[in-house]
Amino acid sequence: MLLPAGAQLLIYKNNSDRKGNSYGSHENYLMDRRTSFKQIVEHLMPFFVTRQVFTGAGKVGSENRSHPCVYQLSQRADFFETEVALDTMVKRPIINTRDEPHADREKYRRLHVIVGDSNMSEYTIWLRNGVTALVLSMIEDGAIDRNLSLRDPVRAIKEVSHDPTCSKEVELERGGSRSAVQVQAEYLEMAQRYVAANPAPELAELVGQWELVLAALERDPMELATRIDWVIKQAMIERFMERKGLDWESPQVQMLDLQYHDLRRDRGLYYLLERQAQVERVVTDEEITRAIQEPPEDTRAYFRGRCLQRYGPEVFGVNWDSISFGIGDEPIKRVLMTEPLKGSKAHVEQLLLDSPTTADLVRNLRA
Amino acid sequence: MRIERRSHAKHADEETFAIFGAAEKTQTKRTKQGDGGGEGGEGESGPQKLAKKGEELKEEMDALVDEIDEVLEENAEEFVKNYVQRGGQ
Repeated sequence: MLLPAGAQLLIYKNNSDRKGNSYGSHENYLMDRRTSFKQIVEHLMPFFVTRQVFTGAGKVGSENRSHPCVYQLSQRADFFETEVALDTMVKRPIINTRDEPHADREKYRRLHVIVGDSNMSEYTIWLRNGVTALVLSMIEDGAIDRNLSLRDPVRAIKEVSHDPTCSKEVELERGGSRSAVQVQAEYLEMAQRYVAANPAPELAELVGQWELVLAALERDPMELATRIDWVIKQAMIERFMERKGLDWESPQVQMLDLQYHDLRRDRGLYYLLERQAQVERVVTDEEITRAIQEPPEDTRAYFRGRCLQRYGPEVFGVNWDSISFGIGDEPIKRVLMTEPLKGSKAHVEQLLLDSPTTADLVRNLRA
Repeated sequence: MRIERRSHAKHADEETFAIFGAAEKTQTKRTKQGDGGGEGGEGESGPQKLAKKGEELKEEMDALVDEIDEVLEENAEEFVKNYVQRGGQ
């Protein structure tokens, strides 16, 4: 891409331009097709409405005709207008029905999630993905044993977002009301029992941190000013406002909201805070660099990535679930990868070692 | 950003393969790296120590605000006004 002279390309990892436009952060979770979508919707809806207390990226002001506020938890909340639907750009649904598994569709579902914010904090990203994946496992295994449905999820997602004290209660379908933290605490309780029955090292740590975060939100969200994006951002903005005598309507404050998400290491405010050891990290810079160059070793991405590296010029086409090769005038050879977990290093390393050329690969696959 | 999702079109005489593998070895689970350790803050310091800590924190905050100032655009109003998204999901 050629830029005009003097022009710069800047990249922002956020969800709102403060002018009515919103754009998503999409998460994807591999699920067992046998779990009914109805079950997923019922048990996931209250979780999605309330998880923003630890996943929100924070936002100055409100939009899309929702109630005015000076600061809210989520960049996306104001833009959700329906509960369940296919569209991603207008009348956005909290739960998206896109069904393109890019894998064996008899076995797998790819749950396409558009309700999340674009997070900068590694800790927040880790907690967001880990806890959501855990809740989905629980839904698959029938471990959600209670009805937490909300009366009006579309209304509630904004009510929760607009309250940075995290104490606002939302109405439940069964009667009564709960705060977002209390709803999350119910999921946590079920998760603790589930993990006790299905132990795995990383799950214990994940649930432990989730518990810690919810307890801190109950006491004082500001305790999380080194871990959770919206709190990190709020703390930064409030310090700035106090020092400079500004208020929430100041353009500088709005600029801080945007600049938190600037991906330039020397100008982005999240990275400034990271450099000053004001935020907790989960990975190292070396791990990030390595991940840019090297495919994950435990999925079909390994096979795909290595093929691109080794057989590049003879790769005819590549997709999520297949890769094809064109060798001279021969018919195209398409290798299917319909199992996301097949094609890992353990699976194919020997095959690749035995296949210095594309022709070798095809011959070995035929064998 | 749009990722091309259409399968590259099937060709006549196309030959397909599947990757079959030996049973996968147990994957190494990643543990969380770079744990920052326990939560910050609540000390058992006496009032003097706490006051000093409060001052240090304030100085630290002031320094942070100065640093932030240095990397911000000069004209905030212009910057915010010009920040508009076009296209995309």
